[in-house]
Amino acid sequence: MFILLPVALLFSAAALGVFLWASASGQFDDLETPSVRILHEDDEPPGR
Amino acid sequence: MLLAEEVGARVTAAACAQCGLPVPAGLLEAGAPRQFCCAGCRAVHALMDEHGRAHEHGLDRQRAARSSWAPARPGDRRYAELDDPGFQARTCRRGPDGLLATELYLEGVHCSACVWLVEKLPGLLPGVVEARLDLSRSQVLVRWDPGVVRLSAVARQLRALGYAPHPRRGMRAEEVRRREDRVALARVGLAGAVAGNVMAIAFALYGGMLNGMEPEFAAFFRWASLLLALPSVIWGGGVFFRGAWTALRLRALSMDLPISLGLLAGFLHGAVNTVRGTGEVYFDSVTALIFLLLFGRYLLRRQQRAAGDAAELAASLYPSSARLLEDGQAREVPLEALVPGALVEVRAGELVPADGVIVAGQSTVDASLLSGEPVPVAVAAGDRVHAGTLNVASRLELRVERTGEDTRVGRLMTLVEAHARRRAPIVQLADRISGRFVAAVLVLAAATLLLWVRVDPARALDHAVALLIVTCPCALGLATPLAMSAAIGRAARGGFLVKGGDVLEKLTRPGRMWLDKTGTLTEGRARLVRWCGDVSARPLVAAAEAHSSHPLALAFLEALSGEPRSRDMVEIIETHGGGIEARVGERSVIVGSPAFVESRAKEVVSGLATEVDVLVGAGLTPVLVAVDGRVVAAAGFGDPVRGDAGAALARVRGLGWRLGILSGDHARVVAAVGAGLGLEPAMCRGGVSPEGKLDVVAAALAQGPVVMVGDGVNDAAALAAATVGIAVHGGAEAALAAADVFVMRPGVTRIAELLDGSRRTMRVVRRNLAFSLGYNVIGVGLAMSGALNPLVAAILMPLSSLTVIISSYRARTFRTAKDGEAPTCR
Repeated sequence: MFILLPVALLFSAAALGVFLWASASGQFDDLETPSVRILHEDDEPPGR
Repeated sequence: MLLAEEVGARVTAAACAQCGLPVPAGLLEAGAPRQFCCAGCRAVHALMDEHGRAHEHGLDRQRAARSSWAPARPGDRRYAELDDPGFQARTCRRGPDGLLATELYLEGVHCSACVWLVEKLPGLLPGVVEARLDLSRSQVLVRWDPGVVRLSAVARQLRALGYAPHPRRGMRAEEVRRREDRVALARVGLAGAVAGNVMAIAFALYGGMLNGMEPEFAAFFRWASLLLALPSVIWGGGVFFRGAWTALRLRALSMDLPISLGLLAGFLHGAVNTVRGTGEVYFDSVTALIFLLLFGRYLLRRQQRAAGDAAELAASLYPSSARLLEDGQAREVPLEALVPGALVEVRAGELVPADGVIVAGQSTVDASLLSGEPVPVAVAAGDRVHAGTLNVASRLELRVERTGEDTRVGRLMTLVEAHARRRAPIVQLADRISGRFVAAVLVLAAATLLLWVRVDPARALDHAVALLIVTCPCALGLATPLAMSAAIGRAARGGFLVKGGDVLEKLTRPGRMWLDKTGTLTEGRARLVRWCGDVSARPLVAAAEAHSSHPLALAFLEALSGEPRSRDMVEIIETHGGGIEARVGERSVIVGSPAFVESRAKEVVSGLATEVDVLVGAGLTPVLVAVDGRVVAAAGFGDPVRGDAGAALARVRGLGWRLGILSGDHARVVAAVGAGLGLEPAMCRGGVSPEGKLDVVAAALAQGPVVMVGDGVNDAAALAAATVGIAVHGGAEAALAAADVFVMRPGVTRIAELLDGSRRTMRVVRRNLAFSLGYNVIGVGLAMSGALNPLVAAILMPLSSLTVIISSYRARTFRTAKDGEAPTCR
C-alpha cells in the first residue's frame, strides 16, 4: 500500500503533466475549427 | 388616373444552398436560383456541381470561378501598408526558421467550407507555409517566408478568394489574455487532478471509518491527501484568497470572502488534525470545491471573452489605410500617416478616411451612421465631408483638414472612452448576498462553538469548523457564474453577443429605453414607400434608373424589380443633385426632385402638386416623374419602420419600460415614426446631435436605469454612457465597441427577446441561489447538531453543486438556433 499509492499518484501526475503541456501549447484555444478540419479531404498524399 | 399604393418592404429569407445556414441580408441576390451565405460556399458549391465532389483539379477552376464572382467592392486595394516594416514589427512574429507569422481578421467567414478554402492558401501562393483559420473568431494565422512572398500579396490573394483581410489591432493585449486563459485552464486541470486523487484516497478513509483501518494506514492516507491538497489550495485557491483580500481592503462585498473562509477553515483544520493524528479531515471537500469553483469561473470567462472578441474584431474593419495623391499618383499609406493639407482619393464604396473638403469630383455620401440621416446627401467640390461616412457614387478627391482624433468621429470616440471608463460597476446579486452570508455564517459558527462548549468542550471546535466548511458556498459561488455563462452561451447561439453577466442583471430592472431611429427602428436606407400617379410610367422609370448609381435610383429599381421594364434603347443625362433626364425609345422621361422636374416639364397632372406637400408632411423625400413633358407621378421615398417594431415595442413597454426615440433625423420624421408606434410625443426627439444624445442619456441616468439602443457612430457616446448599451444588427464598429450587447440578427423583436432572456436568466440565478442556500441551511442544521462528518459533507457538497449545474444548463434562457428557428449546418 505504501508503494501502490505513490505509484498511482505518479500516473496521475504524468496525466496532469500532459494536460498542462497541452494547455500551455494552445491546444485548447480553439475548440471549434479542428472538428471541421477533419472533414476536409487531403489533396496531396500525406507525408510530404 | 391617380393611384396611390403602398410598396411594402420586401424581405426574403433564404438558406445557403451549400451549408444550409441563413444567408445574410446583404448577400441576398434577387432572382438567383441559389443563394449562398459566403464566398466559400459559393465556390465549393460550384466545384461540387461540376465534379460531383471537390477534387484535386479544384484549385485552378476555383481560382477562375472566384475571379468572376469576386464581390463588387472597391477592388484593387494593394495592401501596401502591410509590408511597412514598422507595421510588421508591431504585428508579426518571426519564428526560429526565419518565417514570419501574423493573424488577420477575415470578413465573410461563415462555415466549414471557408476553413477548407482558406487553408488551401499554401497551395495557391508559393511562400505561404501555413494558413490556419479559427472559425469562431474569423481569424487566420498565416506563416510565410518573407524571402519568397510579401504579406501584401497574401492579403490580395485572400481578398481574391472573397475574404477581405484586416490586420488585427491590439495583438499584444490579445496575447496577454490568451496566456491568462491558458493559466486559468491549467489551474482548473491541476485542481481537477488533485480533487480526483484526494477523493480516491478519501474513499479509502471512509471505508476505514465504517469498517476499521490500521492506524498507520489512516495516518499515511491523511498525510498523502494533505500533500496533494497543498498545491491545489495554494495555486488554485490563491485566486479566491487574492480576491477576498482585495475585497476586504476596498471594503467591498465579494463572493470570494465566504469561499476563502470555508477553504481556509477546512484546509487548516485538516492540516492541524493530520499533524495531531486525531479528528476529522475535509481535504476531499476542499479540493472538490476549488475545482468546481475554478471550472465555473473558467467557463464564464471563456463565454465573456468570446463575446468581447467578436465585437473587437468587428472594430478591426475600420479602414487602416488611405490613398494619398502625390503628383497625380495614388499611393496607399497607413491612416496614421495622413496630415492636414494632404490630398487623398476616396473611391466609390469606400469610407472617407479623414475630415476634409472636396476639391474634385461629385458624388453622394451616406452619413447615416454619423448623423442618422437615412437619405444620402449629394456632395460636390467645396463641400465638407466627415471621416467615417461612406462615399456611395463616384470617386472624390479630398483636401484633408483634420485627421485621427481631431475628426468629428475621433472626438466622439474620445467621449465614448471617457464614458466607458466612468461607468460604475454594479454590485451583483450574488455579491450582495455574500455580505449577509458571511455575517450569518460567522454568527452561527460562534453560536455552535458556545453551544458545544457547554455540552462537549472537546468537540466544540470541530463542530464549529465543520459548519464553516459545509457552508462554504460552493453552490452559491457557482450559482451566478454558471447560470450566466450558460445564458451568454445560449444568447450567442441565438444571435446576441453579451459582453458581461452583469448586463443581463441590469436589463431586468426596467427604466427608460431610448431608441435610435435610423437603422434601429427602421432599416436605415431609402425605400420607395408610396407611388401616386400613372402606373404605366413605371417600366420607363425602371429602364431609365437602371443606368444610375444614385441611392434613390437603386431604391427605385429594388421596388420595381418584380415589374416589367421597358426594353427600348436608353440614353440618359444625369444632373448632380437634381435628377435624371432620359430617352427611353421614343419617349422622354424625367425623374428627380420637384424643383428639377417642374423646371423642365410643361404640364402637371392635377392633384400631383399637392401630393408633394403630402409626401413632405409624412416625412418622405418626394420625387416627381415626367413622361413626354408631363408630370404623371409622384413617388415618396422614406425609411419605413421595420414591420416588427410596433409589436416588439409593445412587448417591451409591457415589461415596464418607458420608451423614447433619439434621432439625428428631422424632427417631423421622428414625430411621424413615434406617433405610428404609439410613443409619447414628448419622448420622440429629432434633430439630436451625437453629443445631444449623450446629454439626454446622462440626464436620464439620474432618474434610474437607462438603456440605449442604437447602431451608429452618432449613438456610440450615448451607448457607452447608458446603463446598458445595445448595438443592433448592421451597426458601425464604433457602436459595437461602445455597447454591452451586440444583436447579430435584424429586427426590433430582438430587443424584446433580449429582455425576456435576461429575465429568464435572472430567474435561473435566483433559483440557483435558493437551491444552494437551502443546502447550506441543511448543512448548518447538521453541523450545529453535531451530526456532520466528512462523509456527509463530501456527499452534500457535490450534490448541491450538481443541482446548480443541472439547473443552469437545462434552463432555456435564450432561444437558440437548435430550438428550431434557423436551419443548422449539415
